Amino acid sequence: MLLPTALYSRLAGAPGAAEPLPVERNPAAGAAPFLFTPRLVRFPRDHEFFEDGDVQRHLYLQDMLTQVSETPEKSMVPEFTCQVAGCCQVFAALEDYQHHYHMSHGNTCSLCSRAFPSGHLLDVHILEWHDSLFQILAQRQDMYQCLVEGCPEKFRTSQDRKDHMVRLHLYPADFRFDKPKTNRGPAMPAAADPPARALKDDSDAMEICSEPAAPPPCRRTYSHRIPSTVCFGQGAARGFKSTKKRNKHP
Amino acid sequence: MWSRRQGRLSTLACGVEELRCRRREREAALRKARREQQLVSKRLLREDAPEEAGGQSAAVLLGEAEVQQFLRLAQRGTDEKEREKALVSLRRGLQHPETQQTFIRLEGSMRTLVGLLTSNRALLQLEAARCLHELSHSEQSAVAEACLPATSYLLTYLSGHSSEFIELCLYTLGNLIVESEAVRKQLLPQGIVPALVACIQSPHVAVLEALGYALSQLLQSKEAPEKIIPSLLDSSLLQHMLRLMQPGPKLNLGVAVEFAWCLHYIICSQVNNAMLLSHGALPTLAMLLLDMAGAAQRMDDAGLELQLACPVFRCLSNLLTEVPVEAMGEQMELRDERIVAALFILLQFFLQKQPTLLSEGLWLLNNLTANSPTLCTSLLSLDLIEPLLQLLPLSNVISVLVLTVLCNIVEKGPAYCQRLWPGPLLSCLLNTLVLSDIEVVGQSLELLQLLFLYQPEAAQAFLQQSGLQALERHQEETQLRDRILALQQTAIHG
Repeated sequence: MLLPTALYSRLAGAPGAAEPLPVERNPAAGAAPFLFTPRLVRFPRDHEFFEDGDVQRHLYLQDMLTQVSETPEKSMVPEFTCQVAGCCQVFAALEDYQHHYHMSHGNTCSLCSRAFPSGHLLDVHILEWHDSLFQILAQRQDMYQCLVEGCPEKFRTSQDRKDHMVRLHLYPADFRFDKPKTNRGPAMPAAADPPARALKDDSDAMEICSEPAAPPPCRRTYSHRIPSTVCFGQGAARGFKSTKKRNKHP
Repeated sequence: MWSRRQGRLSTLACGVEELRCRRREREAALRKARREQQLVSKRLLREDAPEEAGGQSAAVLLGEAEVQQFLRLAQRGTDEKEREKALVSLRRGLQHPETQQTFIRLEGSMRTLVGLLTSNRALLQLEAARCLHELSHSEQSAVAEACLPATSYLLTYLSGHSSEFIELCLYTLGNLIVESEAVRKQLLPQGIVPALVACIQSPHVAVLEALGYALSQLLQSKEAPEKIIPSLLDSSLLQHMLRLMQPGPKLNLGVAVEFAWCLHYIICSQVNNAMLLSHGALPTLAMLLLDMAGAAQRMDDAGLELQLACPVFRCLSNLLTEVPVEAMGEQMELRDERIVAALFILLQFFLQKQPTLLSEGLWLLNNLTANSPTLCTSLLSLDLIEPLLQLLPLSNVISVLVLTVLCNIVEKGPAYCQRLWPGPLLSCLLNTLVLSDIEVVGQSLELLQLLFLYQPEAAQAFLQQSGLQALERHQEETQLRDRILALQQTAIHG
């Protein structure tokens, strides 16, 4: 298709509309047996007119996803240690360090060193765990906000909130980022010693506390230094929220 | 993401011809799937790469004991590196469909994996996420559904800051979304829309592209118009999408492609196109069109422009049908000459690279010109009629579209027809009359009627060039007969 050369400069030129030629229709135009009237055409999504374009789109996606599945090469560097106080993790690849930093130090509570996946959850934690005013107000009104962003519901207790999230938002009952602040009790270790809780433990900064009613069928992810015959109370995990500082790193 | 990873595609053992052949096979399979309404199925989303000797992509079949062992090692191993390696081995195994089945049948396996996904050991997290990603690729719904316990966490992590991790979560979600309605049903109450709104503000291009992909899969689901699009339009997601499609130095083509497809599904659903109009979707799309034409002209790496053009054409074209007639005049972008200049430059581009997209471009041209004396005049003043006529012989569908656009021009009256006369129009029409396709011939007849009405000399020339004989061959055709008779009368008697 040969295009007039002026077209390219027109595209690059200033915006502007042509002065339309006068429109003058004859009533016989498009009259029976003729049919034509100018009209805009709309195609629904599954129309066969779109077949070719859809196929091309899918070919593109196929290529894209195949590439996504490949493990990316890492930028290898000489080993270095994370410089955040108290963290001795060693890394040899920048991407790994970046991920570690964001996950373990990104949204970290300065008061108890717990790390959270997002600023939102950190804010909620600080409010509910470290704000004494919150505790006072919570005795009188619904203060526990639903953790799903955009949901305005508030609740009297964290248990009520959990129930809401399970029922309405289909969250798992043991959602890891919604643990109530622990008190002492045989079922769980004392919460009295937050700073001693080492960040490096697998019993992680996203803490595990009371278990839901049904104990998990398999061993938990976390620390398994305790013999399996020891069980801290009804429904508790066979694990143990470790307060031990395990010196795993050189 | 593209440029970052393209360099890593290992060279395949087969040659260029074999690649072309395989591409044709893939195309045929996709075409068939679409006709059977199966195109949304993930079955076809990942091409089955040929088995490569060795290399990290070899899928390994693992037995139950091995899966269990790797899980145990990952969960409780003492050495961090060992734990990571165990997960890497597991991931390789999970590339194999049978291993996936073994995994999901193993009690507590998903729970362990989710535990690793949510632990604070960053590298284990990443590897666990990759395992989950492998599972999400499964063609079997059961496997995708086994990943249900992970979705709340995947969504939670979208608000984080580790871009590589978020990217992985998004692709995983996108895959799960395609495969399982159960997953989709769960995602909306779990807050996927707010999670995406938070995530779409990320500055990372790779994250945005992944988000666009996941969202496009969500919007393509059959229940989207009813269940998903209304919530989406209630949020600020649309504004963000349009922002990311604004042409300019910050435009990323890969990202724009995904959101253009999202926009296409939204527009087709017709849930609230008035809202799209009020948010300036039309000017955004029009400017994008100009931008693409500029890029095509420079003959930059054409791949992504092609990918972007198709959904942009569709969005513009369908959205135009939603503009109330009274408001048409106000849309300055839609009267700007440059838009038809851009469209033709793109049509030429397609002619060379992807002829299958020509019809969609011509459909857009119809919608632009049907009710627009301004743009019809532009077509004339920019000398675009001859190039348009050059497209006639390409296919029946294209012929009909070209003839329709010509009718749009001609029906506006004598002032327009005079600009077409004398010219190649008549001889082109005589050529189309030789064809046998009823629609093509029918549209030619419509054009002839208008031409004769507004430009009587054309009728005379028609007679002189044996037009009547050309008409006669179609006299017996029921759908054409009346019009042919009428034309014969007009030509002879004036």
